Amino acid sequence: MELLYFGDKGWGDELFFATLMTIAVSITAMIIGFIFAALFTPLKLSNNKILNSIANAYTTVIRGVPELLVIYLFFFGGSGAIMFVASIFGYNDYIEINAFLTGSFSIGIISGAYSTEVFRGALQSIDKGQFEAAKVLGFNKYIYFFKIILPQMLRLAFPNLSNVWQITLKDTSLISVTGLVEIMRQSYIAAGSTRDPLFFYSFAAVLYLMLTFLSMQLLNRLETKYSKGY
Amino acid sequence: MDIELMINSFPKLLNATLITLKLLSVSLIFGLFIGLGFAILRMNNNKLINKFAYGYSYIFRGTPLLVQIFIIYFGLGQIEYLRTTFLWVVLKEPYWCAIIAFSLNTGAYTSEILRSAFQTIKPGYLEAGRSLGIPSKIIFTKIQIPIAIKQSLPAYGNEIILMLKGTSLASTVTLMDLTGVAKYIISTTFKPVEVFIVAGGIYLFMTFIIHNVIKYLEKKYGFQT
Repeated sequence: MELLYFGDKGWGDELFFATLMTIAVSITAMIIGFIFAALFTPLKLSNNKILNSIANAYTTVIRGVPELLVIYLFFFGGSGAIMFVASIFGYNDYIEINAFLTGSFSIGIISGAYSTEVFRGALQSIDKGQFEAAKVLGFNKYIYFFKIILPQMLRLAFPNLSNVWQITLKDTSLISVTGLVEIMRQSYIAAGSTRDPLFFYSFAAVLYLMLTFLSMQLLNRLETKYSKGY
Repeated sequence: MDIELMINSFPKLLNATLITLKLLSVSLIFGLFIGLGFAILRMNNNKLINKFAYGYSYIFRGTPLLVQIFIIYFGLGQIEYLRTTFLWVVLKEPYWCAIIAFSLNTGAYTSEILRSAFQTIKPGYLEAGRSLGIPSKIIFTKIQIPIAIKQSLPAYGNEIILMLKGTSLASTVTLMDLTGVAKYIISTTFKPVEVFIVAGGIYLFMTFIIHNVIKYLEKKYGFQT
């Protein structure tokens, strides 16, 4: 247990901050994913064939290719792409992008593909009459979407979104390959310098279990709260 | 776009695909047996056995696959006692460590899929079997298992695709699978987009095939209820 002391002697404080980092990356990735989902869900349901196939390509490719490969693409390709854009504007120095941003962006794109599918399914399972009724009653577009469709969609999407959250949380372990110090990376460092990999990786597993357990408790509570009316 | 690099790296990546497929098929076979075993334990009336099976699937589904591989590959080697037993022959090879981690992981998911399939079998089928005087062992092997397999096909198809993506983690324990070779080519040529297109294309092709095979099996063996 000495290995877990806070301060210079143990790895307690390092692992604590690494856990916070994992939580921060997961939440950022989830939010980026929602932005992607907000962009692609309307395309998925649109009647325009080109827009439709763009959205289908996004969800199919991201869900069919390993997460690790997507992370390598952004890790190795990210700074190259930004440097290319910068060179158009006449900036030719080397630009290194932040590991946190690359990590949450790549995980965000992955979680966005799953969220898109969830939102699409939720929108399609709303009763058709709701759309028609809202239109017949002559609500403006704002009320139509934000007050009538969105609340119903979120309630239907909630259980699946908590699954997406759990997938996202576990996927953040993969960005340790880019050197961002989250739980997995910190355990790797600690295991390397103490030569006690069994203890630190098991402890990392316990940390992840705690995170998934606590977040599922919270999400289940929210779910029952918001589906009270049904 | 470097077309030449894409053409040159294709055979190398295709070669690495063989390792990916080997990892996938071997761990799916082991995982199916582990999953079936734990699904049966889950339906046991003994609370202790039930809790044990639930704990197994909870732990393996609640932690990232990467942690599981690292514990098995880096962690278990630390136990002095293990090094003296015959298990060490298996555990010192990264290939077998990856297989063990993947099998245990997919076993946990498979046990959940099979459990829910067993529980949704209509009681009428079992009652019909019992009233015909069929012994419970035969009811299990000839009625419950075939129905459960049919009902779990769609979910199991998803699990196969998830596992295909999971095998990419073998590259973190020095195995040169499809992702491992792709990373090697990227880090030597610094052409991530081209390599991603080729390697991603191979993965997509495999998911496409798996998806369609499962769809075909569903049509052939599925029944209308």
